[in-house]
Amino acid sequence: MNTVTVSTQQASVSERVKAVAAALLLGSVLVYTVGFAASASVHNAAHDTRHGLAFPCH
Amino acid sequence: MVNRVLAVSLLAGLLAGLIVAALQHVTTTPLILKAETYEAALRAVAPSQAAFSGEARVFGEARILLAHGTEAHGDHAEWKPQDGLQRTLFTSVVTIATAIGFAALLLAGMIAANETIDERRALIWAACGFLAFGLVPATGLAPELPGAASAALEQRQLWWIVTALVTAGGLFVFLRMETPWLRALAVLAILAPHIFGAPHPAAPESKVPAEIAAHFAALSLAIQAALWLATGFAVGRLWPWFTRRAAAQ
Repeated sequence: MNTVTVSTQQASVSERVKAVAAALLLGSVLVYTVGFAASASVHNAAHDTRHGLAFPCH
Repeated sequence: MVNRVLAVSLLAGLLAGLIVAALQHVTTTPLILKAETYEAALRAVAPSQAAFSGEARVFGEARILLAHGTEAHGDHAEWKPQDGLQRTLFTSVVTIATAIGFAALLLAGMIAANETIDERRALIWAACGFLAFGLVPATGLAPELPGAASAALEQRQLWWIVTALVTAGGLFVFLRMETPWLRALAVLAILAPHIFGAPHPAAPESKVPAEIAAHFAALSLAIQAALWLATGFAVGRLWPWFTRRAAAQ
């Protein structure tokens, strides 16, 4: 790896695990809420995006 | 590193989401609004149709779809954004939130795989993200306009999630592993949800004209590709920048 500064490989394993957990949590909570949450208000607010990005809707 | 993950996800998602929200405003959203006029027009005749054909399903579907109507409120009094600026605003915010979510998932995958995060690699991962979360699920559950006939929502959501996760995992194994039988297994796993089959309605009786639906399906996939690629590009640009900044301190 010639560009050490942009590598994730120098980070310690525990730091990477924490980073992955945080990213996974943020990503899945957001995608679930915008794409799948059953609440009527959330659905109505997200309606056009759900259709526009082909999440199953209705 | 956690801070950097959050900062890059938010910023990359905001940038990509803004671009795609603007694209949606001139591509998919006008077609959704158009489809709703057909839906509303058919709703007006639906009760007599239902009475005539004795088909309760048409009537039932029309009632469910009332929540999306343009003016008729009926017995559904749930909150929804007002047409016009408010609706556009909510759609844009939700699209930005989706982009932030995709950026975070992209980073989770790349960091977990111990990948160097640069522009080129982030774009490749984003292309795979589009395959797994966009194109491949869409081959079973095509992008739908309001008013299209479809199977029960929970079944479709479950199929979509399983297909997306299996495809993402299958792509990763195929692209990262050398072992032939593992790669063969990955291909089988990617095909499995399609062999099982996506849930479809018994009779495809859409209320939306086929030309509009076809145009929408193509646009929707293009918009998704744009969302993933813009997100990947932004992540690939911002991550090295944030890393350099952290190292300089």
